This record gives sequence, C-alpha cells and structure tokens, in this order.
Amino acid sequence: MADIDVSGGDSGHKKGPGVKKAKKLSTRVDMTPMVDLGFLLITFFIFTTTMSTPTTMGLIMPKDEKNPKDLTEVKESGALTILLGKNDLVYYYMGQIKPDGSNFQSTTFKEVRKIIQDKKKEVMANYTPSPLDENIKNKAREAGDPNWQNAAKDKDFVVVIKPNEDATYKNTVDILDEMTINDVKRFAIVDITEDENKLIHATEPK
Amino acid sequence: MPSVKIPKKSTATDMTPFVDVAFLILSFFMLATKFKPPEPVEITTPRSVSSDKLKEQDALLIEMDKNGRVYFTVNVQKSADEGIKKSVIEGINKARNLGLTQSEMNSFAKNTTVGVPFTGLKSLLAMSDEDRLKVKQPGIPVTDTLNNELTTWVATAVSAFQGHKLNYMIKGDNAAKYPSFKGIIDALRKNDINKYQLITDPEGVPAGTDLYKIQEAKRK
Repeated sequence: MADIDVSGGDSGHKKGPGVKKAKKLSTRVDMTPMVDLGFLLITFFIFTTTMSTPTTMGLIMPKDEKNPKDLTEVKESGALTILLGKNDLVYYYMGQIKPDGSNFQSTTFKEVRKIIQDKKKEVMANYTPSPLDENIKNKAREAGDPNWQNAAKDKDFVVVIKPNEDATYKNTVDILDEMTINDVKRFAIVDITEDENKLIHATEPK
Repeated sequence: MPSVKIPKKSTATDMTPFVDVAFLILSFFMLATKFKPPEPVEITTPRSVSSDKLKEQDALLIEMDKNGRVYFTVNVQKSADEGIKKSVIEGINKARNLGLTQSEMNSFAKNTTVGVPFTGLKSLLAMSDEDRLKVKQPGIPVTDTLNNELTTWVATAVSAFQGHKLNYMIKGDNAAKYPSFKGIIDALRKNDINKYQLITDPEGVPAGTDLYKIQEAKRK
C-alpha cells in the first residue's frame, strides 16, 4: 500500500521481444522516512528554541541617604514588615516589633497576599483626609487612573521587605511581584536587623 | 474442498496524514519560538506578572547563577559603537593596574562576559575563545562590602557609555541567595544607580487582585 510498485520489470515479455508493456507504476510513496524527518526537526526545534520571550520588571530603589533628616518617615499604623527566610518561609509584623516579639508571625507565600490585602484595606479604612492629598489625587487623575478619587487613601501604607541571608532571589522577586499584584505604591528593601534575624532563626523548623 | 480464503491485509498504513500533522507542528514551532541565545551560564529566571518586553538596548547585564556567582556583561546593541567595549576594559586596566596586553583587551571586546575577580582577569582574557567558554569562572566578588569589585566594573562602564542611554539589567537564578543580590544592588547604589530592570519570565495576573482590577478597568 505504502510502497513504490517496482514489480513488472520482468513480466513484459508476452508481446514478444522488443515490445515493452507500459508499466503501471503506483503513485503511492512510502511516507515513513518523511515522518521520521518531520519529528526529528520538531524535537530539534523544541530543544533549541525558547517559547516565551523574557520580560523585565522595573525596580526603583531609594537613594542612599546619608543625612538622617532626609530619610522617609513611616507612620507606624501603616507599616507592614515582611521578612524572608529559609525554605520559602515568610515572617511579618505590623508597625514596630515589640521587644518580646509577640507580634512576630510566620506565614507562607500563598497566604502573604491575603495579609497584604487585609493590611491595605485596614489602612484605607482608617484614612483621614488632609489637604495635601489633593496633589496625589490630581496626579492620579492626570495619569488616567479611573479610581483617582481613592488614590490618596493608601498613602500611609508602606511595606518594608527584609530578606535574610537564607532567602533566595526567587523569594525576593516573588515578594516584589506581590507588591505589583496588590498595587502597593510604597515599598522598600531594607537590611534585616540582628534581632529580627534571631527571631527568624528561633522560629525556623530545625 | 472449498477452502476459506482469508484476505491478506497489508500491515503498511498510509502515512500521509501523519506527515501532515508532523509538519504542521514543525511549522508552529518554527514560527512561535525563538532561538536560545548562547549563554555563558545557565540561569532559570523567576516569574513575574510584569509584561514589559525585554528590548534590544545598550545595557549592563549582571547575571547571578544558582550558586550566587556574579557575571558582568556589556551589551552594546542600540548605539552599535563597538569602541565602547574597548574603552570599558581600558578603564578597568587603568583603574586596577592590571597590565593587560592589547590582544587581551581585544579578547574582552569579543566576549564581554566576565565572572572572575580582578586578580584572575588577565589569565582569563589570555585564554582562547573556546577555553573561555569551558572554564568555570568563580564569579565577581560582591558580598564583601569593603571590596565589592562590581562597583568598579559598573563605574567604568558608566563612564565608557557617556552620551548613550544605558540600562541596567539583573538576571538572577531562582536559587541564588539574597546576599549576592544585595551585593549587586549595593554596587549599583554606590554608583548612584537606583533604577534597574530584573529579567523575569512572564506569568498571568491572579484574578481578583488589585492589579487585575486595574488592568480590567483599563481594558474597558
């Protein structure tokens, strides 16, 4: 069926010598080698090419302020500190850490989004209008934000990210991504303090 | 005796539709994918929801592999001024008094990816192109705050790129530890560079989040 018909070469002697019978060649060609070739090329392309083009994520870091007066002040009620540790674990506390570490809690990457969202809602609910906020609102309106009326509500919400030496780059990018996902406008990557790192090591599963 | 004739069925099947499918998939792969650029180090980048495409541009590419080794590459694409690469290595040679020969500097201009401390730079550049690809480079030291050699690299490259717009890109492996990343950020910060791009793989925006709502609102 899938073969070239090559028979008939010796069967054409009935009409006498010299008279050739017109050969009836089948037009069917064996396709198997072609399939082989096709799949070989497919595997070659799968291995040597990339599907997705890489994207870039912009990151803007604060300037290195030497003058303590120029440092950004953060309202305690709007601060959420997220600490990143070993084994993809996340720790967090609201406002300032208590000396006994009682407001220090641990969570995972799956649940951290909920914590950020809850804190954001809480900050937005406690918002007290001030005349300075008109600037923020106007800027948001010019930028084409349909929700510009609420633009100033989360101005007190600040997330401080503190990865420790065991956190991976993936954790850091994931948490920065969480900032984009939850539309957190103010966040900063800060060095971890020794006390905080001790708390992480104490909570870590051995 | 009448004998029952069992029809002889051919085992050969018609392969034509199979060929059709194979070549259809093949053409899909040829059109939808892009060739992997040759990479000196294997890096699996993390995913992010960011959708900004990586553009062809003049950039300093700082790579970080899974062991936290840091590599530095000068990418000249947009301005296409190959002399910049030469002036980067000349600046490094001067700043660190490395005593590089002309052919060693030419070797840098050909392949600008470097992942060795300054002490090993001369022997790295003296290697042939094939050897350089094979050799395991220990990475540029960044975690030591007093001797962050990446600072010098970035400073030299910035002055070499004067007059051109320069982008800073960081490409890190998922498993790289934070201290190397911090070393890179510190090196950039010391050069007053506070805006850079992290190279990531795309990922969908989770439904119901604030960003999702913003994107939905913009679409309308």
